[in-house]
Amino acid sequence: MPGRNAMHSKIPIPEQDPVKRRSNFDEVTIGYTPEMAVKEAGRCLQCRIPSCVAGCPVHVPIPQFIKAIKEGDFKKAIDAIKEANFLPAVCGRVCPQEDQCENNCALGKKGEPVAIGRLERFAADHGMKSGHTDIQRLAEPTGKKVAIIGSGPAGLTCAFDLVRLGHRITIFEALHEAGGVLFYGIPEFRLPKKIVLHEINTLREMGVEIVNNAVVGRLIAVDEIMNEFDACFIGTGAGLPKFIGIEGENLNGVYSANEFLTRANLMRAYAFPEYDTPIKKGQRVAVVGGGNVAVDAVRTALRLGAKEAMIIYRRSEAEMPARNEEIHHAKKEGVRFEFLTNPIRIIGKDGGVKAVECVRMELGEPDPSGRRRPVPKKDSAFQIPADIVIVAIGTRANPLLPQSTDKLGLNKKGYIIADKETGQTSREGLYAGGDIVTGAATVISAMGAGRKAARAINEYLKSKSSDKIVMPNPESVILNQVLNQVQDL
Amino acid sequence: MAKILEKRLIRSPDVFYYKIDAPLISKKAGPGQFVIIRLHEKGERIPLSLADINPEEETISLIVMAVGKTTSEMSTYKAGDEILDLCGPLGQPTHIEEVGRVILIGGGFGVAPLYPIARAFRSVGNGVITIMGARSKDLLIYEAEMHYVSDKVIITTDDGSRGTKGVVTTALKQELEQNGADLVMAVGPAVMMRSVCETTRLFTVKTVVSLNPVMVDGTGMCGGCRVLVAGQSRFACTDGPDFDGHQVDWDILMNRQKSYLDEEKESFDAWKKRHAL
Repeated sequence: MPGRNAMHSKIPIPEQDPVKRRSNFDEVTIGYTPEMAVKEAGRCLQCRIPSCVAGCPVHVPIPQFIKAIKEGDFKKAIDAIKEANFLPAVCGRVCPQEDQCENNCALGKKGEPVAIGRLERFAADHGMKSGHTDIQRLAEPTGKKVAIIGSGPAGLTCAFDLVRLGHRITIFEALHEAGGVLFYGIPEFRLPKKIVLHEINTLREMGVEIVNNAVVGRLIAVDEIMNEFDACFIGTGAGLPKFIGIEGENLNGVYSANEFLTRANLMRAYAFPEYDTPIKKGQRVAVVGGGNVAVDAVRTALRLGAKEAMIIYRRSEAEMPARNEEIHHAKKEGVRFEFLTNPIRIIGKDGGVKAVECVRMELGEPDPSGRRRPVPKKDSAFQIPADIVIVAIGTRANPLLPQSTDKLGLNKKGYIIADKETGQTSREGLYAGGDIVTGAATVISAMGAGRKAARAINEYLKSKSSDKIVMPNPESVILNQVLNQVQDL
Repeated sequence: MAKILEKRLIRSPDVFYYKIDAPLISKKAGPGQFVIIRLHEKGERIPLSLADINPEEETISLIVMAVGKTTSEMSTYKAGDEILDLCGPLGQPTHIEEVGRVILIGGGFGVAPLYPIARAFRSVGNGVITIMGARSKDLLIYEAEMHYVSDKVIITTDDGSRGTKGVVTTALKQELEQNGADLVMAVGPAVMMRSVCETTRLFTVKTVVSLNPVMVDGTGMCGGCRVLVAGQSRFACTDGPDFDGHQVDWDILMNRQKSYLDEEKESFDAWKKRHAL
């Protein structure tokens, strides 16, 4: 029965042809048409107790917005989403829905769950096109000032929630573009930068000030910020790339994924020499790692013109932390996967890379993460020819801000200690969330942390005695200058 | 946006001095730190050492030699023009303490960042000897400035057109033999810093160098500026730029500095063609 089968699977999302797309940076998935969206929304059972919402870190009212789409009221759909999620066009594209909302969907027990992510993206894109998502209701000004350090998903969400409550928000961003990982990390073909720019503009229109090129810990200290603002949220991300620690890692042509993606995304090196920043366009590119960042890097390398681009991952496909959809996309584009393979040495020639020497692995006993630990097979060393190697094995805490901040509690790994529910750090009025607290995680979990902190900051600001006379602090000359500079823009 | 307040040609035809309006950076920056600039929307981020820091007049100074696309493009900027992005101060400031006798060595236009460093060393009571070298007298810069902040300035030129004929390390060796030193610091091309370190190693004098690898963000995020120091991978942008020169793996640094030679040439050639140069 065809109708019954259709009920069991998602309406497919149109995509660029794999052969064509592997040589351009345009978005891979094209998105639902209104007809497709209405049809897909019709699959939702409208459960009375929606377990999908429980699976969402920011609790998007999923049944409500899907119902609105089904009824063709797309404006109502986006309004419902925006109450809970400030970045739906982003989340609809990059969230791991298969582990969150869609994982809980009742339909998923017998067939495919409702395509919640695709519908969220549809509603957001439709809203953006018709321009009715941009007006947000703001509360009366409270006169309280909150500083946010870092303009990634955590900081943006925190800013959005707090500015709506009437607080005055200033974001300090180290780079020349706001957006954090949304800008420098996630590639154009998965998250077009015009979407990120649009959302950031929305925030600016709501009155949020963003100070670019402001490296907190160098240009301004957290202590100075705390003197001038009523509260502060730190959402600086995990930051520092990890390297493997094998021979040959300092050869030319060996990149951290952060560097490779920053050159390509933030600096638009794919358009070199129109843009000034160069990037090595390898013929044979090997990416070490199995997460989303590794998959982003390998697909970027392919689009830069690599004849062969491969993932080298020490565990098997089942353990890969990357999103299934992206692994699927990468395979269709012709990415080669070397599973159960671990690099032990990078072999150089004339200062560059010639090959990666690897060993085959097998899965042994489970490790602390619950995944079976990969162990090298004896006498299995072999060489993979490559001219570019990209290391995508994770990040560690950037010490720049913590080291320059007094009395900020850190854990052994250098991440900031903050309450899970409130983001409260060891200092009054100072909150933190996202990767700088948890270590590298997802966009949506950082947004969840930004939201929780915003709620706690709002409570804190309300509890601070409102009749307290705030003396202007003579030490705050620097901050005043920052703020004046912003007003001049 | 950062406004250029003053621009001067200080060495014909390609070395320029810029004074830039930077109220916040000038109050926070220390000697040995650097900034990253991006000229315009399509520009690359390049690190530039601070040649002077003036918190009273809220300015910083940069000395830029037009050697590639971005620096040549910057050489067309005039007083009153604005640089799109100015980020800093970055890196750790040079560690300044009273040690006694400090020899500072600058090669080529690398002498410029030594100016605030010399002033700082002297202000805490050190005797400061500056050795500066160039191929010939026309290529020397900042001579008067260095006299102003040093107790003694030794000049060497390859052709003997000014000062002692020879290279900086010859003068360094002589100075170490005759008067000794408690600290040596070198700033300039990697090859010069390496030979300084080879010289001072014989005298077991602590030697600090300011490394200048290829850099992108300058905040520790990309690791492109990693250098091998004492067998450890360190990031010049956050751990440096100053390191113990005797521990630096110079071969790796010099190789990595050459990463983008082809691309730099391609970009520069395209720019020259566009500007009919």
